Amino acid sequence: MTEVLPRVRRRKRQDWAGYVFLLPWFGGLIFMIVPFVASLYLAFTDYDLLTPPRWAGLANFREMLGDATLHQSLKVTFVYTLVSVPLSLAVALGVAMVLDRGVRGLAIYRSVYYLPSLLGGSVAIVMLWRYLFGYDGIVNDLLATIGITGPAWTTDPDYALSTLILLHVWTFGAPMVIFLAGLRQIPAMYYEAAQMDGASKWRQFRSITLPLLSPIIFFNLVQALIASFQTFTQSYVISNGSGGPAGSTLFYNLYLYQKGFAEFDMGYASSMAWLLLMIIAGFTAINFLAARYWVFYDN
Amino acid sequence: MSLTLTRVSTPPDAPQQAPSGRKRRPRYLRHVLLTGVGVIMMYPLLWMVSASVKPSNSVFTDEGLWPAVFDFGNYARGWTALAEPFEIYLVNSLVIVTLSIIGNLLSCSLAAYAFARLRFTGRRLFFAMMLGTMMLPGHVLVVPQYVMFDKIGWLNTYYPLLVPHFLATNGFYIFLMVQFMRSLPQELDDAARIDGCGPFRTFWKVIMPLCVPAFATTAIFTFISVWNEFFSPLLYLTDPQLYTVPLAVRQFMDSEGQSMWGEMFAMSFVSLAPVIGFFIAGQKYLVRGIATTGLR
Repeated sequence: MTEVLPRVRRRKRQDWAGYVFLLPWFGGLIFMIVPFVASLYLAFTDYDLLTPPRWAGLANFREMLGDATLHQSLKVTFVYTLVSVPLSLAVALGVAMVLDRGVRGLAIYRSVYYLPSLLGGSVAIVMLWRYLFGYDGIVNDLLATIGITGPAWTTDPDYALSTLILLHVWTFGAPMVIFLAGLRQIPAMYYEAAQMDGASKWRQFRSITLPLLSPIIFFNLVQALIASFQTFTQSYVISNGSGGPAGSTLFYNLYLYQKGFAEFDMGYASSMAWLLLMIIAGFTAINFLAARYWVFYDN
Repeated sequence: MSLTLTRVSTPPDAPQQAPSGRKRRPRYLRHVLLTGVGVIMMYPLLWMVSASVKPSNSVFTDEGLWPAVFDFGNYARGWTALAEPFEIYLVNSLVIVTLSIIGNLLSCSLAAYAFARLRFTGRRLFFAMMLGTMMLPGHVLVVPQYVMFDKIGWLNTYYPLLVPHFLATNGFYIFLMVQFMRSLPQELDDAARIDGCGPFRTFWKVIMPLCVPAFATTAIFTFISVWNEFFSPLLYLTDPQLYTVPLAVRQFMDSEGQSMWGEMFAMSFVSLAPVIGFFIAGQKYLVRGIATTGLR
């Protein structure tokens, strides 16, 4: 990624000026590196904020092995991530492709689809979701008009998470805008040539659109996975802080919050944070490795 | 990673497909589909606005989008339903958002100028570290940061929410500005130097004024993300007088038994209105920004 840096013309070095301009950023770096190291240390301690941390070795991690609530929160977070990320990216790509074909009123459609992605993380929208999908909510009323008896979305453990997955899909506008910008970069002559050779729409998608768009799909995927693993507001608001019903919306970060800032078990919360970091790093690494096989760079 | 919004070889309106021999679906079908998706996307928001002017006892029984009975009193009652009048929360949020925007613009533009325009030892290393911090999940830092803010007595103040913005901790904005400054001709800097400007005057007099579009993008994104921010205020603010708008709105859930549905949706809409307003005003910059950095 460092090739992004512009080549600055050769001239006298300006070390002092560079460092002065970077002063606030250096401060920020310390503000991140010190807690980063401190949290690794705390992960191996027993700490309640009132008494000094006590070294506990691997005790926290051993406790995590047998913590059924933690396992539940991992399951919720994984299911949510593995369903909602591909689903919303697929919708984003599909809609972007329809919009890309020179639709009249593109700007209006784009705005309407994009606006929800700015609101999806807000407390008001998650609260709205809770009541839209509530037992007596408007979604079931709408389903009833076409003869379907809807489930008790937010109170049935089998369905509660799916409301949040739908909320995530509702925010497909952000990746859609990025896809749209990417599609615009694909020269139209490729499609013209393919058409001349009699390639079907599907074939054009497989052989032109997908490869040329793959760096952007990859970028969106990495971003969305990292963000999705850290979901908090949705989980907190939809269950009013409990992660219920029956732990079905207990996301990893909500459990971390409960452990660290309700029970003040900060050693355990730190070790949880590091496990999450490892999981995210693992997924990102797998992504980058797999990228060699499916991401196509033109140059 | 930088994308432009114009098609490379064909003007935006040029037909993509030459008419082929196969039967073509009529054009309007696509519009029906796109409009249908649009209606589904907007429906929750419209329902919320409609619910905000329905009497509380008919919010869940009067199903239509157009209320049978209007009750605009929801806004007045909702405004004073919580511990503090709602303008307190709005002002709190506004203060935090304004200072966060100033902080981000100052600190990130300084860093971006160094990365984009200056030559100094360690530039590449620092830039790589900056990109690295963009991927770092914030929750790894939150426990020690909380402990630190607790020790220096900053709980129940706005410092924990503001200080990170003055320290350029959000790499996305730096990245955005580096991308933008890179597109400005280097000759500007050279000319300024020949005229006797040092790096600081060049930055302040030449580069800053040209970066207004990138600053606008940064400001709008900062506004929206800080306005919606829930986790940090939840963590650091426990005094209701200091609550931000999201914390205030959430309190309506604790009063579920009192059936203040109309009031709740009225204040929910008040909490979203500034974001929607900023979106409408700053769309151009948002779309450009998101296409440059993938920020959301």
